[in-house]
Amino acid sequence: MSAGAMSDGGKKRPLLQVEDLRIEIPNRRGTLIAVDGVSFQIDEGEVLGVVGESGAGKSLTGSAVIGLLEPPCHVAGGQILLEGRRIDSLPYEEMRRIRGREIGMVFQDPLTSLNPLYTIGRQLGETIRTHTDMGESAARRRSIELLQEVGIPAAERRIDQYPHEFSGGMRQRVVIALALAVNPRLVIADEPTTALDVSIQAQIIALLKKLCREHGAAVMLITHDMGVIAETADRVAVMYAGRIAEIGPVAEVIRNARHPYTHGLMGSIPLVGHDVTRLAQIDGAMPRLNAIPQGCAFNPRCTKAFDLCRQERPELVSTGATHAACWLYDEGGRRDGTHG
Amino acid sequence: MLAFIIRRLLQSILVMLTVGLIAFALFRFVGDPINNMVGQDTSLADRAALRESLGLNDPFLVQYGNYLINAVQGQFGISYQQRRPVADLLVERLPATLELSLVAAVLALLVGVPMGVYTGLRREGFLSKVFLVVSLIGISLPTFLIGILLILVFGVMLQWLPTFGRGEVVDLGGWTTGMLTASGIKALIMPSITLALFQMTLIMRLVRSEMLEVLRTDYIKFARARGLTNRAVNFGHALKNTMVPVITITGLQLGSIIAFAIITESVFQWPGMGLLFIQAINEVDIPVMASYLILIAFFFVTINLIVDLLYYAVDPRLRVDKLVAGGHGS
Repeated sequence: MSAGAMSDGGKKRPLLQVEDLRIEIPNRRGTLIAVDGVSFQIDEGEVLGVVGESGAGKSLTGSAVIGLLEPPCHVAGGQILLEGRRIDSLPYEEMRRIRGREIGMVFQDPLTSLNPLYTIGRQLGETIRTHTDMGESAARRRSIELLQEVGIPAAERRIDQYPHEFSGGMRQRVVIALALAVNPRLVIADEPTTALDVSIQAQIIALLKKLCREHGAAVMLITHDMGVIAETADRVAVMYAGRIAEIGPVAEVIRNARHPYTHGLMGSIPLVGHDVTRLAQIDGAMPRLNAIPQGCAFNPRCTKAFDLCRQERPELVSTGATHAACWLYDEGGRRDGTHG
Repeated sequence: MLAFIIRRLLQSILVMLTVGLIAFALFRFVGDPINNMVGQDTSLADRAALRESLGLNDPFLVQYGNYLINAVQGQFGISYQQRRPVADLLVERLPATLELSLVAAVLALLVGVPMGVYTGLRREGFLSKVFLVVSLIGISLPTFLIGILLILVFGVMLQWLPTFGRGEVVDLGGWTTGMLTASGIKALIMPSITLALFQMTLIMRLVRSEMLEVLRTDYIKFARARGLTNRAVNFGHALKNTMVPVITITGLQLGSIIAFAIITESVFQWPGMGLLFIQAINEVDIPVMASYLILIAFFFVTINLIVDLLYYAVDPRLRVDKLVAGGHGS
C-alpha cells in the first residue's frame, strides 16, 4: 500500500504486492526468521524470477503467497495483497477459493505432485468443477482441451490414464494443466524443472511461459537456475538469507549486477565459449538461519564489506536500473526503501 | 492378473498342505488316541482291533494321504469324545463364531477408521488426545480382562446385558443366527465389543499414522494449492491413499479375530468354535483340534487372497497389464 507501486513507470497495476513479509519458524530453542522484510511486486502478465541458494527463503515466500505455509512456519509480519486485496490473513475457506482460481501453483517434483490413485481426468475435472459451475461432461471437454494445450498427445485417451502411466516430463505438463485449469491470474512455479531431465527442462519452461502468456497469467518463477531466469523472466529478485539482495530487470541484473552477492552469483555461471579453467565462486556458505550476522547478512563473505556493513542492515535502494540492499549504493541519503 | 491369481492359489494350497501336515502330526505325537478313546478295562486285543479298524497301523504317508482326501471332502473324522463327525460339530458352531467375528470386525472398522481420520486431521485437538489415551488402554488391556470388566459392570452391577451365551437363535436352514431376536442381539453386544476393542484401537492408530504420512505428501499439498475443498482433500485424496495398508492389516486382523475369538468365547461362554476347541484340548480330542487348526488356516488363506485382490481394486499402479506405454511412457 505504501511502497512505491508506481516507481516502475506506473503503466501497469501491480497484481501482487508483497510488503515487508516476515516468516518465522518457532522451534524449541526460540524463533528462526526464515524470511525477513521481503517486499516485491508482480505486475499483470509479468514473469518475476526469484533466485537464491537453498534455504534463502524463496520457496517459503511462494508458499506464503498462496497461503500454504506448513505449520509451524507462519507469516509473522507484513502483508500480501492480490489486486489490492489483502490475502495473507483471510480465513481458510476464503483463501481456498483464491487458490487454484486466482493463484495457481506448480511444484518441483511432478512424480509426487499427482495423486497416484486417481486418473488425470478426475484430478483435472475436480479442479475445474471446484471453481466453476461446469457440469461433468463440460469439465471433461475442458480437461481434454487443457491436455492438448500442454502438448499431451492423444489427450482423449490419456485423460483416463493414471499418473504412473506418464513420464516425468509429461506429468509436469499435466501439473501445469492443473495449475492453469481455471485461468488463475498468477502462477507460482516452485522449481518447476529441477526434478526433470536436462533435455526436458527447456521444453517445460518454454511451455510454462507460453501458456501463462496465452492465459494472461503472471508468473513467480522460483528457481536456483540463473539460466532459466535469464531466458524466461522479465525481472529477477535475488534472495539471500531470507532477504532480497537485489531486484531489477533481468538483463540488468545479469549483465550489470550491483550487489556483490549477485555479482558473485553471476560469476559462477559457466558460459559457452568462454574458456575459463575455474569458475569464480563466493567463499564461504550462506549463514544458517540461527546465525545470521548483524548488519548485512552477506558481510562475512563480501569482499567489499566495510564497517557499516557489519553494524547496520541495508535497505533496498535504487542503483539506477535495479534496486539493491547494499551500503555501497546508499550514499547521499537516498534511503526511501522503495523498489520496483 | 490371472497369472497372479493362479500363483496365489498355488501358494495357498501349499500353505494348506503344510497346515494339514501339522494338524495330522497331532494324531501321531499327542499321546495315543486309542488310550483316549477307550476305558481302562479294554483288553489289548480289542485295542489292537480298534487300532487296525481306524487305520492307525498304516504307513505315515498313507495315513496322511487318507486324511487329506477326507479333509478335502469335508470329512474330518469322528470326535473321540462326542462320537459324532467333527464336520457336524464344526458346522454347528461355525455360525456363532463367524457372526461374532464379523460383527466385531465391522464394529472395529466403523469406529476405528473415523477415529483414525479424526486424530490424523486434528493432531493437536483435545478429543484426539482422549482417543489416543483410550486407545492405549484398549491396546494394553488383555481381552479377557475387558470381557470380565464388561460383565461386571453391565451384566452384574447394571444387569443390562446377559453375561453368557447367545440368547435366542433362529435357525435359517442350517445357519443359526442371533441377529434376528432381541435377546440374541443383546447377547452379542458385550462379546463383540470385547473382541473388537483391540482391533479398533489398532486400526485407529494405523489410519492415524497413515493419514499423517499421506497429508505430508506433495500431491496433498498440490490438491490444496488447486483450491480443492477440505473434504475432497482429506477424504477423497488422503483417505484413499491410506487404504492399502489398512486393508492389509484389517484382513490379517479378521483372521485373528476368528482365531482368537477363543478367549472371548470362553469368557462369555459363547457357543462357537473357540469354545469347542478349548473343550477339545481339555479332552485331548485330537480330530476336533486338528480340524479347527485346518479351518482357521483356511480362513486366513482365503482372507489373504481376498486382501491381495483388493489391492488391485484400490491401487491402479498394481494393474500392470493395463499399462499402455504410449508416447513418452515411463
